[in-house]
Amino acid sequence: MAQHRKSVLGRLDWLTVLLVFLLVATGIMAVYTSEYTSFDEPFFDMQRSHMKQLMFFGLSCFIGLVIIFTDSKLFYSLANLSYLFGILLLLLTFVIGGEVKGSHSFIKLGSFTFQPGEACKIFTALCLARFLAAADTKFNTLRHRLTAAGIVLLPCLLIILQNETGLALVYFAFFFPMYREGLPNSILLIGITSVVLFLSSLLVERLPLFIAITVVALLSVWVLWRQIQKQKAVVLFIVGAWLIAVTFSQLVVPYVFKNIFKGYQVERIYSMLGQDVPLEFQKPGQLAGKDADYNVRQSKIAIGSGGLTGKGIMNGTQTKYSFVPEQHTDFVFCGIGEQFGFIGSSLLVLLYLSLMLRIVFIAERQRSTFSRVYAYSVASILFFHFAINLSMTMGLAPVIGITLPMLSYGGTSLMSFSVLLAIMLRLDADRHILIR
Amino acid sequence: MKNFAESPRAWIIASLFAIMAIVLVARLFNLQVVEEKYELMANDQAIYRKVIYPARGSIVDRNGKPMLYNNVTFDLMVTPALVGKHNSMDTTTFCRILGLDTAGFAKEMLKVVKKTGKEKPGVFKSEVSKELNARLQENMYLFAGFELVERSTRSYPKAAGALMLGYLSEVTPAMLTNNRFASYRQGDYVGMSGLENIYEEELRGIRGVQYLVRDVMNRPRDAYKSGTMDTAAIGGKELELFIDAELQAYGEKLMSGKMGSAVAIDPKTGGILAMISAPSFDPNLLTGEGKGRNFAELNKMATKPLFNYATQGSYMPGSTFKPITGLVGLDVGAITPSFGYPCSGGYYACGKRIGCTHSGGGHAANLRVAMANSCNAYFVDVFRKVVDFKNYGGVHTGLQKWHDYMINFGFGHPLGVDITGELGGHIPDSSFFNRMYKGNWNSCNMAIIGMGQGEIALTPMQIANAMCLIANKGYYYTPHFVKKIGGDANHPKLAKFKEKHTPMHIAPDAYQAIIDGMAMVVTNGTGKVAKLPGINVAGKTGTVENYAMVYGKKTKLDNHSVFVCFAPKEDPKIAIAVVVQNSGYGATWAGPVASLMMEKYLTDSVNVKRKFLEDKMFNANLIKKYTYVIDSMQREKDRIRWELKMADKNMQAAMAKRGDTVLVDKMMEKFYKIKK
Repeated sequence: MAQHRKSVLGRLDWLTVLLVFLLVATGIMAVYTSEYTSFDEPFFDMQRSHMKQLMFFGLSCFIGLVIIFTDSKLFYSLANLSYLFGILLLLLTFVIGGEVKGSHSFIKLGSFTFQPGEACKIFTALCLARFLAAADTKFNTLRHRLTAAGIVLLPCLLIILQNETGLALVYFAFFFPMYREGLPNSILLIGITSVVLFLSSLLVERLPLFIAITVVALLSVWVLWRQIQKQKAVVLFIVGAWLIAVTFSQLVVPYVFKNIFKGYQVERIYSMLGQDVPLEFQKPGQLAGKDADYNVRQSKIAIGSGGLTGKGIMNGTQTKYSFVPEQHTDFVFCGIGEQFGFIGSSLLVLLYLSLMLRIVFIAERQRSTFSRVYAYSVASILFFHFAINLSMTMGLAPVIGITLPMLSYGGTSLMSFSVLLAIMLRLDADRHILIR
Repeated sequence: MKNFAESPRAWIIASLFAIMAIVLVARLFNLQVVEEKYELMANDQAIYRKVIYPARGSIVDRNGKPMLYNNVTFDLMVTPALVGKHNSMDTTTFCRILGLDTAGFAKEMLKVVKKTGKEKPGVFKSEVSKELNARLQENMYLFAGFELVERSTRSYPKAAGALMLGYLSEVTPAMLTNNRFASYRQGDYVGMSGLENIYEEELRGIRGVQYLVRDVMNRPRDAYKSGTMDTAAIGGKELELFIDAELQAYGEKLMSGKMGSAVAIDPKTGGILAMISAPSFDPNLLTGEGKGRNFAELNKMATKPLFNYATQGSYMPGSTFKPITGLVGLDVGAITPSFGYPCSGGYYACGKRIGCTHSGGGHAANLRVAMANSCNAYFVDVFRKVVDFKNYGGVHTGLQKWHDYMINFGFGHPLGVDITGELGGHIPDSSFFNRMYKGNWNSCNMAIIGMGQGEIALTPMQIANAMCLIANKGYYYTPHFVKKIGGDANHPKLAKFKEKHTPMHIAPDAYQAIIDGMAMVVTNGTGKVAKLPGINVAGKTGTVENYAMVYGKKTKLDNHSVFVCFAPKEDPKIAIAVVVQNSGYGATWAGPVASLMMEKYLTDSVNVKRKFLEDKMFNANLIKKYTYVIDSMQREKDRIRWELKMADKNMQAAMAKRGDTVLVDKMMEKFYKIKK
């Protein structure tokens, strides 16, 4: 209880702060090196991206400090209101929103563009946390589960309508905290399996995939052997799951690609994965290997050419000479991959993993459900951004515009993550108090 | 921590995060460490390998005067596979600059693809003009896959020595399969003939490579790895020739309006001072944009300027062969210098008369006089005495012995001159006559060889070389053009020209007798035209009867005028052989050409008194009308032969087609009862 006597700053989780600062520093360096052409250009030029990013970082620190010095209970009390505010903002976007690169999810205030969908993640996290923490919420009832899902899916739906699929996808991150609070195992299992199955049936050839599915099925029989002896129906369940998986990957996907989708649709899907359309799905008259998405191909080339140790800082030929589009925003990881190679990239992945695990650890030490759900939301949002962004730069997932937290250039992204983390740190500082 | 440990779901979520991280690291490992193609693809995109072509070695004459200049031009090269691969090609701008339409562009591209394939760079347009080059350079970043490559081409200030120097052209696909040109790429320039070809390895230098990093717009930006991987281009070596550029140009002028050749050699070294093949042409015609067209035009001409009359033309040497006959006679022991022949205007020992221009008594009283008067009977007799020499025991072995002499003199086979395409002429041996006369022959059948007629053919180069042998009294060096390669006279490629040939080890006395005879030719004999004040010249005239098949009939054409000489007699500095086709007596045309060249070389100028002779040579047109007739007949014959061949081919194709139709008709009738 000695901690209570310390100031708020003393009670902060400085390890998290350190990890976040490390990531931001990496990001600024990545932005700088991806734009660097020669030392002749002045470093302290406010027009250049790394200086802007530095400025955004300063602003974020300021906002973070403001949040740290507010009362932790404020967030609980403002949760629902902020959610309402967020939804209103999203609706407002339809009316006064501007268009940036085909998406209508921005509000322009002078020279400043702002994406309500980003901010709404925070509000949704707060609102969900408050709902799950409420004394009268019985999360084992279907009604309350649907309510929780509704809280999450409403902004998600609005964002999809704004043509910003990537951002909308992030809202599915909230199913992790919900799972932690009591959603059945099967939902997580089915969710993850279907995503993995869908991607692998596109990326992996059919025979190896069949073998892999069968091996997984046999493995689960072996793992669940004791339960099977108790309850024969489990076998039936496994066989059923195996059948569904096999049918989906071996029959449905090829059938749909061959007979239902048009040539350009097939192309679009493979192109988003940075892959050439496989021979068997090519329609007559379609050129082979022509339409792999330029971004992903270049991104793969940049990362792949880094090798084990990388080309060295400022020596990335692909990023330096702008072969990779969006290389300081969504594809910022390319610069890291090219300049620092496998070792550097793996270290970065490790850094992210440490941050996420640290947040899970923080979440688990909260006394109040509100703080725990909120911390889990933060970890999950980070995870979604991290996993989807890296997968798409490496051609494992379709290209959907999603930033790499703390690294990608851009004020909205950096500040929304800062606010997200700052609130979490503020709540964590009061982890022994029941926030309600 | 208590809670964390208690909640299995926290563990599940944490493991999910970890598993994803592992999947990503595994993917990274696959991309960065296992797969190597991405590095290649990156290098392919971002690293531009610029080949630096060194300046081609220059060629200078014996006085250090340049025979040619190097010029830099640019070839527009294209790698079809790269066009529009990374960013789209601005075809409109490209076509506007080059003045092409889209169809023309497609046609040119197809040409390149056909020639070199899609993956290798091929020439889109060669030797683009300066202005075009500037406009292309400006916009090059718009045309991915295209590059401007520097080439070194030649220009010739004196417009002389075309066949000797040779020309440069793009390496042909056939040449690329040759081991010698293994390191060449399509579009590289290579010496196609002459010295440019023989000394290609020395002249071309060593290509350098510069690695540049280029950006997404295909613009080269920086040196890759600060240029540590670059190699510098090393310029080609300079060839210093024995050729006297002045003499060469002068000789070409003297030989203008004539067909034939003049070859001048420095007997002491074997170095060729001038090699004229007439008609000559301006070597500048075979450079620049019009070279293909010009080449075709030269190839079509009846006078065959691309044919090297000096090393490829074979002539009966005529009377200029008499010194050789005499020399062999002396060495064999068939005659002595005092041997005389009672010629009364002809040689009758073989039945049919072999004519002689002189009939006066004593005009062949000894070797010297016989040479001066060019007595046919005398040398026919000497030749017969050689092949029928008693020590050999028969004409077969006798002729073979004579044949040995000839081969050792450098006749009957290419000498090994350092330009391309040299031929060897013809020296008959006993098996040749066995075939010709079905084994039944004697020295009478070939007696006229003694006077340089009959079944013998030499190139002007060989005749000139034989003069060197006589001038040197017993040795010669293989005639060659190059004195020094890159300032080095002992370059390994020149080693074979340092080898002294001493054929048959003939005694100097024999040579002296021949030289005395040849000196008398100039002082008192047929070759007075070659007399030079203060310089003792030794020479020999030749007037060669020759025939051609015209309208299926063996027709006698005008005599070839031949002249050989060397000077000064005591310490020879130059030996010359001149052939002027179908022009008349040796002393009328070939003599003055040889003499003027000799004077020019030895005294650096031509005596005012001989200006009229010079003018006569400059202005003469001795190319006979029948040259064109014979040439067009030959071409017509070739064309007819080709047309017959094609007609035959077409006929066979038509027959095959007809055969098919008949078959179809039969089937129709059989299966469908349709009659045609």
